[in-house]
Amino acid sequence: MSLSLDKALGISPQALLVRADRTELLASNLANAETPNYKARDVDFRDALSQAAGRGNSLPLKRTNDRHLPPDTAGAVDMPPERLYRVPAQPALDGNTVDPQLEHAAFAENAMQFQSSVEFLNRKVSGLKSALQSGGS
Amino acid sequence: MSNFFSIFNTSGSALTAQSVRLNTVASNLANSSVGAPTPEETYQPKEVLFQTVLDRNNPERADTPVRVAGIVDRPDEPIITYEPHHPQANEEGYVFRPAVNVVQEMANMMSASRSFEANVEVMNTTRQLLQRTLQIGGQQ
Repeated sequence: MSLSLDKALGISPQALLVRADRTELLASNLANAETPNYKARDVDFRDALSQAAGRGNSLPLKRTNDRHLPPDTAGAVDMPPERLYRVPAQPALDGNTVDPQLEHAAFAENAMQFQSSVEFLNRKVSGLKSALQSGGS
Repeated sequence: MSNFFSIFNTSGSALTAQSVRLNTVASNLANSSVGAPTPEETYQPKEVLFQTVLDRNNPERADTPVRVAGIVDRPDEPIITYEPHHPQANEEGYVFRPAVNVVQEMANMMSASRSFEANVEVMNTTRQLLQRTLQIGGQQ
């Protein structure tokens, strides 16, 4: 039995990266809460995670001829998750669509989910450690 | 994870922008009752313009800091009062004072300080998350 560290950690590292990206987006929204014409953005976490894990839900390119160039799947995985625009509940006169309360809630939620991802990773690492050490001592 | 550090840049830029706004509010309130003999010499109420900093080379970047695009004079007409005994009155006895709306300025100030607090909170939370991330796999 071979041990692959990547597989052992599961999807948590990717989840952490997507969470970090989302934290950054929400921080930008809060920073621009009063900038005219700024449009609040967010990512769809499910889509972003499946994309980060290399299982994008977009339709794969189909080659109808052998001489067509194959799609560059390696590059597609590195693409940043699609950033969507929030639909404002109350449009502002200056074109800004940031709702500070909503962004605050989203930021807090995202921070908690980030911490739980970190916790998962921590447990997995300590599990691996004890597995590696069980033969020794 | 390098993008996590850019949050400090983004939120820090917001802190700077909000403190500039707080400064202009303080300036407007401080000069609200300064009289002058002509409309040209009257203090003009100031207003701050915010702008998003976009990276032209990479418009899909998640971090978009904010910057102060400029501080403009509000084109409000000064308030004219008839006070012939005022030392700053002109020949006809009129004194010109800036059209500063104190209620509006106070509301502006509260809004700026709330935004400031929100961004400080974002920075604090980010710092905690980063610390947690650095401790992955460490001693429990």
